[in-house]
Amino acid sequence: MLTIKNLQAKIGEKPILNGIDLQVNAGEVHAIMGPNGSGKSTLASVLAGREEYEVTDGEIMYLGKNLLAFEPEERAGEGIFLAFQYPVEIPGVSTVNFMKTALNKVREYRGEPTLDAVAFLQLMKEKMKLVEIDQSLLSRSLNEGFSGGEKKRNEIFQMAMLQPKLAILDETDSGLDIDALRIVANGVNKLRTKYNATIVVTHYQRLLDYIVPDFVHVLYKGRIVKSGGKELAKELEAKGYDWIKNEVTVA
Amino acid sequence: MESTITTQDLTKEIISNLSFEDTAPYSAYRKKALDAFHKTGLPDKKNEEYRFTPITAVLEKKINWNLENSESKISSITPFLINELDAYVIVLVNGKFSKEFSKLNQVEPGIKIKTLGEAWSTEKNLVEKHIDQLINCNNDPFASLNSALWQEGIFIHVDEAIKIKKSVLILHINDASASQIISHTKALVIIEREAELSLIEKSSSTGEENIFHTFSEELVIQENALLNYVKIQHDEGNLYQVATSAIRQSDNSKLNTFTLTLNGKLIRNNFNIVIDGENCESHFYGLYLLNGNTLADNHTVVDHTRPNSYSNELYKGVMDENSKAIFNGKIYVRPHAQKTNAFQSNRNILLTDTATINTKPQLEIWADDVKCSHGCTTGQLDEEALFYLRSRGISQATAKAMLLYAFAAETLEPIRDEVLKTYLDNLISERLHKNF
Repeated sequence: MLTIKNLQAKIGEKPILNGIDLQVNAGEVHAIMGPNGSGKSTLASVLAGREEYEVTDGEIMYLGKNLLAFEPEERAGEGIFLAFQYPVEIPGVSTVNFMKTALNKVREYRGEPTLDAVAFLQLMKEKMKLVEIDQSLLSRSLNEGFSGGEKKRNEIFQMAMLQPKLAILDETDSGLDIDALRIVANGVNKLRTKYNATIVVTHYQRLLDYIVPDFVHVLYKGRIVKSGGKELAKELEAKGYDWIKNEVTVA
Repeated sequence: MESTITTQDLTKEIISNLSFEDTAPYSAYRKKALDAFHKTGLPDKKNEEYRFTPITAVLEKKINWNLENSESKISSITPFLINELDAYVIVLVNGKFSKEFSKLNQVEPGIKIKTLGEAWSTEKNLVEKHIDQLINCNNDPFASLNSALWQEGIFIHVDEAIKIKKSVLILHINDASASQIISHTKALVIIEREAELSLIEKSSSTGEENIFHTFSEELVIQENALLNYVKIQHDEGNLYQVATSAIRQSDNSKLNTFTLTLNGKLIRNNFNIVIDGENCESHFYGLYLLNGNTLADNHTVVDHTRPNSYSNELYKGVMDENSKAIFNGKIYVRPHAQKTNAFQSNRNILLTDTATINTKPQLEIWADDVKCSHGCTTGQLDEEALFYLRSRGISQATAKAMLLYAFAAETLEPIRDEVLKTYLDNLISERLHKNF
């Protein structure tokens, strides 16, 4: 589904990604771990098309297409979804209206008929259950005054509505208590099929108890320095990131 | 303040072209205003109140004071009306009352709507008690010019404890398709105790020639009365306008205002509210959405003279292309106005490098037990919010329109009438290209 080759990116004059190689297939869950400042969120942002990052080398092929040629909104249409680490508060834009606009734009892009108000509300009710999100929250302005947990649940709700092929969860566990974490993780798990893939970007192993990865990659100084199965995450939890850093330095 | 030679010459030129009917009951008022105008003269560059609005220079260049207005050839006012709004309509075309276009049949009991000239004979005492009182002719040259030269005036009076169901719409149409138009119009509105009125004032113009329009309005809100007041400036023509609204609130009265400025070459709004009563409430909102070379200048004054009142002012603007906006908001809290709550906010978004805003909030407080705040912000669209919306499949243009609309629509909050609100909402959506 996704093939990243020698991806290099910088912000301003500062290089952050220094040659990433990654292969993600349909049905897989990949965890990207690493210490702070290793480039995890940058990778997520580059995949979603954030414009502050300049790709200086390498390529990203997604379903046989050059992902880097697409605008952020086209990527959403193509099935890419980024759950934000810090979802943006947008006063004056109601969550429901926003969701309806987004969903119909994405459906238009995919050549599917747009939904009328009735069909939309029906779908919304169904997906709301999935992430245990309350109706009253959705009638409010987008993320405005939402708690940390509510914001993350809203991200997963949007993901459920837009039905992406490749979901990227950027530090979705940050700011969540254990109950909220479980609800969010349950939502993600229910959305897993053999046709879609998930990239979980996280600093801690905790989230991976709930969203169990098939592969774990350790990012350090803008490169993937170690890959393994889910047991790698446990090892990192026990030993910290220092042994990886040492290993890299020694090599 | 000394006028420049040009300003003096222009002032003289305007005055020399006047002719008064000496017999009219109001000629004494005109002469007084003219004297005041003579003293102040047109504002020059050194006039702080017109520092960013070069109106004198523009008038000198654009307006020929020797030309007579032409008759309008418009055959219908339908395009200028507000769809589905049930209202008494007063139409002024090129500065003259149009009986033909006005809709004043079967006016409900308790409200009088007539020309100011007529009211001056039928309601002489009431008119003379209030006219040119709230408008300070010694202070603003365009207010004195208007009081000296007004061609037509409107008088609206609502009796005690009468709640007027329909809105009243004052429609200013300036038709410069045949020649340049100069019009000076005036209104006096008195809402007696416990009465309620919704007043809408709309300025529309057509034609290719230049238009200079002054409009001055005095609104008196007596005890326990309510005024909902909306001003819509949506002019297609080459309009240079100075609109002055002066409002006085008495005890326990309520005021909701909204001013929407969309078009015109140069628009100057002077909006002054004197809160001359206790337990008053004022919601004072404005929105300017500008493009092209439009210049819109909102000068507002909220003057708390008595204790225990509340005022909340919110003006917002979005400036595109080469447009220019000026906001100057003054709040005065006088020594006796203890326990005043007065808030003011001016927020602006600039969409291009060539659009400008000059904003100046001013707070002057003489009382010591008050809650007041003011502030202004100027910025661009929030890039982070834009990316968030785009990452959900919404195109850049739509995302931009959504964010601008959300920013702008907050100012519609004081509008109670749903038909009017929808109409205003559509004007805003259309201007911001919101088509989702």
